[in-house]
Amino acid sequence: MWAFAVKEGITVPKNLKQLVDSPVRLTAGHRLCPGCGEPITVRQVLMGTDDPVIVANATGCLEVSTTIFPYTAWNVPWMHIAFENAAAAASGLEAMYESLKAQGKIDADANYKFVAFAGDGGTYDIGFQALSGAVERRHSFLYVCLNNQAYMNTGVQRSSASPLGAHTTTSPSGRTSVGKQMVQKDLTECMVAHEMPYVAQSIPGRWRDLVGKAEKAFATEGPSFINVLAPCPLGWICDPADTVDIAMLAADTCIWPLYEVVEGEYKLTYKPKEKKPVDEYLQPQGRFKHLFKGDEGAQMRQRIQENTDRKWEQLLKKCGEA
Amino acid sequence: MGKVMPLEGNHAVAEAMRQINPDVVAAYPITPSTEIVQTFAKFHADGKVKTNFVAVESEHSAMSACTAAAAAGGRVMNATSANGLALMWEILYITSSLRQPVVLTVVNRALSGNINIHCDHSDAMGARDAGWLQIYGENAQEAYDNCIQAVAIAERLDVRLPVMNCLDGFLVSHAYEMVEVEEDQAVADWVGPYKPVMPLLDIQSPYTVGPLDLWDYYFEHKRSQIEAYGPAKAAIIEEGKRFGEAFGREYGLMECVDLDDAEVAVVALGSTAGMCKDVVADLRDKGVKAGLLKLRVYRPFPAEEIAAALKNCKAVAVFDRAASYGAACGPLYAEITSALYTSGLSVPCTNVIYGLGGREIRPEQIADVFDSLNDVKSSGQPAQPVSYVGVRG
Repeated sequence: MWAFAVKEGITVPKNLKQLVDSPVRLTAGHRLCPGCGEPITVRQVLMGTDDPVIVANATGCLEVSTTIFPYTAWNVPWMHIAFENAAAAASGLEAMYESLKAQGKIDADANYKFVAFAGDGGTYDIGFQALSGAVERRHSFLYVCLNNQAYMNTGVQRSSASPLGAHTTTSPSGRTSVGKQMVQKDLTECMVAHEMPYVAQSIPGRWRDLVGKAEKAFATEGPSFINVLAPCPLGWICDPADTVDIAMLAADTCIWPLYEVVEGEYKLTYKPKEKKPVDEYLQPQGRFKHLFKGDEGAQMRQRIQENTDRKWEQLLKKCGEA
Repeated sequence: MGKVMPLEGNHAVAEAMRQINPDVVAAYPITPSTEIVQTFAKFHADGKVKTNFVAVESEHSAMSACTAAAAAGGRVMNATSANGLALMWEILYITSSLRQPVVLTVVNRALSGNINIHCDHSDAMGARDAGWLQIYGENAQEAYDNCIQAVAIAERLDVRLPVMNCLDGFLVSHAYEMVEVEEDQAVADWVGPYKPVMPLLDIQSPYTVGPLDLWDYYFEHKRSQIEAYGPAKAAIIEEGKRFGEAFGREYGLMECVDLDDAEVAVVALGSTAGMCKDVVADLRDKGVKAGLLKLRVYRPFPAEEIAAALKNCKAVAVFDRAASYGAACGPLYAEITSALYTSGLSVPCTNVIYGLGGREIRPEQIADVFDSLNDVKSSGQPAQPVSYVGVRG
């Protein structure tokens, strides 16, 4: 069934010294906001391999802030075409690599890695078709969703990744609304349903978890997918200094569980010692501020807690931990 | 020596692609270009090409993957029609802006709506500002020849622009004609090896393709792109001559039939030009000084050359197989009259909109248009130049 398998022997992540010595592929000096979860994620993901990396980037914060002509923050070959096609662009780059390698125009020993970065807009919504197609075609590439749960580059509009109850500029809280009414799409499960060899969820806060997953993904023949919750202080309305703490709270409340699915086998990669109530994650974020007023807000928080519990129980069963 | 064989237009293009043997083809089927993709897929399955064939999930991803593959550093080809081209629209502009020499065969078909699978030029005409060179073939032989030349033109270091190889849906794509297919090696030699320019797969020289480009540089980049179309025109002429030297069929920007002393002339693209040749010959037999300008290259638009070719005519009818909604006339007419005006010529011109959605055009209808030019010749530029041929009501 698994025509493209995760290679053996990639189980131990790099140690801290090795990480520090990893090549710097996204340099400092880019123009992303203070506290943005994206560059932390990108740097940690790219520490996951010492092989040559070629990046396809969707339109979004990462793209506009790292490549303002005539400057670039990238030390690796990098390409941006448009918003909805990062996976298609990655598949084109990989297809040419495979072609030239098969023809002997690229060294047979070469081991180039292809990685696509896109936000949740470019992944959950407008780029979903291209991602699904590229994964079905079994291109060998890693797709990383920098999931900050709204269209942040255009000014915090809701996406299908925006969570239940969140205030965004197109799902605003108001007298008759308590933010987004719909539950977010479970894209990670959608990707598992593609029967791809490696799927994972992570956060930038637990670097050993994220780098380790990136290492496994890069070692995978065929497509791999990592959905990274990347806090956005601007859109989440929180202190830029709290980015990592809030990401950790997402894992500790099980609102964003850290797990991986290797060749269809689920594995929990982080189980909080004590599962915290979701309020601890919601409270520091201004996008949920309206949920802490009135009965309707309390009801919505209750709904978020119930939804989180239900999904967590399902995941525990899948991981054989229930 | 080539081999003459009966081929549909689509098969002729697929043969050319097999001989060109590109590094990557990423394509999505759409009528009437489907046979190009499926014939090529069979060549791939039979090991007749070295190409990495990627059966993408949409035309948008097709052009995205083609653009990325070209930037990666190899030869890339593709085919589409109508709505498929429309779905590529966003990326077409990016392919040309990134100066990637992708060759796309466009089997011309009417754009929806309503949905229609037959020939007109609304698809390619709509993409006329997308920065791609556009070459129109009259028949299967030209579709084959143009496909080969398109690769050489696109990849020239003084051009580096994507090219559309346009042929009429069904009329050419599905019609069997005798086509001279050149020897595989001769075609491979004529096209030559791919010359990568700043390939992304050169990991020793990493660079950033497709950055954010704001008010301080975007305009200069666009200006430099605009400047590329002059050399492209010269390159098309040179490659057409070189093709003629190798294979005996020479091509230029246009084909002029009896234009030197023509009093009444028509301008047409694609297969209709072939029918116009017969009509012109009939009219010449009857003593009418009729002529034809078959435009081969629409982008870059050869304004000066067209004006020079039409300068002695007393009246000209421009055939447009596409409407430009809300405009005063069809797209080809607008540019030809602009070219004449700019050259200081006041040749009276009429505009014939015809053949939308595959509506048949017949020789007698073209002869009627020539007839109508006799009045224009004496009465001068009509205030209402647009007429419609072959439409009810």
